Amino acid sequence: MSDTPPAIEAVDVSRTYQLDGVSVEALRGVSLTVRPGDYVALVGPSGSGKSTLMHLLGGLDRPTGGRLVLGGRDVNALSPPEMAALRNETIGFVFQAFHLLPRTSAVENVALPLVYRGMSARQRRERAAAMLGRVGLGHRLDHRPNQMSGGEQQRVAIARALVTEPTVLLADEPTGNLDSVTGAAVLELLERLNAESGVALVMVTHDQEVAARAARRITMRDGVVVADSAAERHDRPPSVDHGRPETLVPAPSAEPRSVSGNGPGHPSGGSGGAAGATGRLPHEPDPHRAEVDMREPDPRRAKADMREPGPRGAEVDTREPGDGVA
Amino acid sequence: MRVAEAWRVALDALRANRLRSSLTMLGVIIGVASVVLLVAIGTGTKQKVEQQVEGLGSNLLLVVPGKIEVGTAPVVSPLTLKDAEAVSRVVGDPQRVAVTVASGATARAGARSDFTTVQGVLETTPTVFTRTLARGRYLTGTDVDTSRRVAVLGDSVARALFPDRDPLGQQVTLAGVRFRVIGVFAPLGQSLGVDRDDEVHVPVTAAQRLWGTQRVDGIAVKAPDRERIDELGERIVAELNRRHPDTEFSAVTQQQILGVLGDILGVLTGVLAAIAGISLLVGGVGVSNIMLVSVRERTREIGLRKAVGARPRDIGVQFLLEAVLLTTIGGLTGMALGVGTALLVDALSPIPAAITWWSLALAFGVSAAVGIVFGVVPAQRAGRLDPVVALRAE
Repeated sequence: MSDTPPAIEAVDVSRTYQLDGVSVEALRGVSLTVRPGDYVALVGPSGSGKSTLMHLLGGLDRPTGGRLVLGGRDVNALSPPEMAALRNETIGFVFQAFHLLPRTSAVENVALPLVYRGMSARQRRERAAAMLGRVGLGHRLDHRPNQMSGGEQQRVAIARALVTEPTVLLADEPTGNLDSVTGAAVLELLERLNAESGVALVMVTHDQEVAARAARRITMRDGVVVADSAAERHDRPPSVDHGRPETLVPAPSAEPRSVSGNGPGHPSGGSGGAAGATGRLPHEPDPHRAEVDMREPDPRRAKADMREPGPRGAEVDTREPGDGVA
Repeated sequence: MRVAEAWRVALDALRANRLRSSLTMLGVIIGVASVVLLVAIGTGTKQKVEQQVEGLGSNLLLVVPGKIEVGTAPVVSPLTLKDAEAVSRVVGDPQRVAVTVASGATARAGARSDFTTVQGVLETTPTVFTRTLARGRYLTGTDVDTSRRVAVLGDSVARALFPDRDPLGQQVTLAGVRFRVIGVFAPLGQSLGVDRDDEVHVPVTAAQRLWGTQRVDGIAVKAPDRERIDELGERIVAELNRRHPDTEFSAVTQQQILGVLGDILGVLTGVLAAIAGISLLVGGVGVSNIMLVSVRERTREIGLRKAVGARPRDIGVQFLLEAVLLTTIGGLTGMALGVGTALLVDALSPIPAAITWWSLALAFGVSAAVGIVFGVVPAQRAGRLDPVVALRAE
């Protein structure tokens, strides 16, 4: 397990902006490792540096200090075109505002990253259509964004992020523009894909409940990581991450997760703590899930809204320590 | 694949903003259309002038006092009929030598009058120049020798003075002296901006008497063979210089006239095309402007494309292609418009216009170049956008 190369490896990464001659330190020495199959929530108040960190992890920006290795390559050694290729091959982005191209069909939106791989139009369409099928939009291939609901648009965006089979899926407030029910469905989809394909899911969120569903939670404040649930459990300061791979939770979770038929899909939650999350997976013989499945159509949405603050919050609280135990 | 995508996206962007694209193209369309039209008019005029100069007759050598150069003042001619005889001896055939002494005069017939050019000529004129008669006969040697007051009318003079009568045998009064009409020229049209049907030929001797002069304005020679035409001209000039040591003479061929006229018209065409080119330039600035707007509008799209793996070059090519499409579509439309207008002008107005392949190729090339030149800056700006900033754009 420890021999799985990390998808993301950040060592003492900092990012300083120059604004009108004044240096602003958005990140001040962040170290973390994300392995294939990880499910990480990145939380923290506005201005804590999580967006900056996401941009760095996504290869959209470069650190001004420290070392950042994405997909085995040190980003500071890459030219802009090489960075573009790196993003194309290893990173999938899901944004709060979807960022779909208007006047462009769902299948073409999904196929967009493949364009920059030089893939033929026919191949692109085949792969994009298959990916749309996986997010449950196989019947919406030629719809345009303005003909789809917000939830559907975000699914298209998720399909676009995953069509390249990246190692990391970066989601920036993926449910932020959606109502809670649609948001929950999108979240479930992300979790399912994370479980099925072994793509590491790193998600920025404000929502404590959403964050609580993640196997690992990284909390930022003032440009530093103040808490990393993975590290804490092993009583290691977040900055010392070289020792982590051997002992971390995400490592063992990586393998079972990548085999979707293996179990509930959330192996880290196999310890019961993830029952809440797995309860939303459709193919699971689980009491929770039965309930959920019956609520899946519209009636559930109304109920879900009312349920959200209470029960789920409770679940979250109990679940998190459980994760750590695994 | 990437280029195919760039094409698709560029076309899509133009379609998405139809009105804006059309208005932007309009600048290029007007520019290209005016270049094509003005070059066509310039070329057409040049061709027509050439035809007319060649239509004067073949192997023509015009001998005049002074220098044939643009900008030199005309010189009062010291030539007389004696000089014409001397030239005839040099040429060796009097039938190949013609003279002219011309002046404006009012021609009257009954109550009608017409201001026209009266030319005193020799009977050799139809041999030297290409002139054909519609009716009657031309001047004879006897007419010239005896200063007979007979006249051959140009087509428009005949129409003006005798709209409903046969002019043959009628009297016309030229500068107060009565002449008898013996012939009427077939219509010739314009030559070098002169209405060549608006003239009256009379015997040179009669004309000289009419104006009280012994001089002739110039001598024209039809050279026996084309190859030695320049040498013949030199011999004639030498003979005239011997007879009039104080005056310079020039012998010019049609080719030389064509050269001088061609130069003038070429400069004129160039100036017109350059003025039209300025409007094309302004159109290009419009393209540049709109491309900057387009880049700004689609900043988020650029950010997204970069996030999913577009290189700076991919984005740059996409926007450059959009600019080039704008100008080349505009260029092609402008060419069509220019050609159409030129054909209309040629057909419906007295202004000649001729389309040449090079002017079309030039117009297309220039419009594509304008797209590249004015598209580069917006495209570079798009390509260099920071994806983080671009994704945040509103």
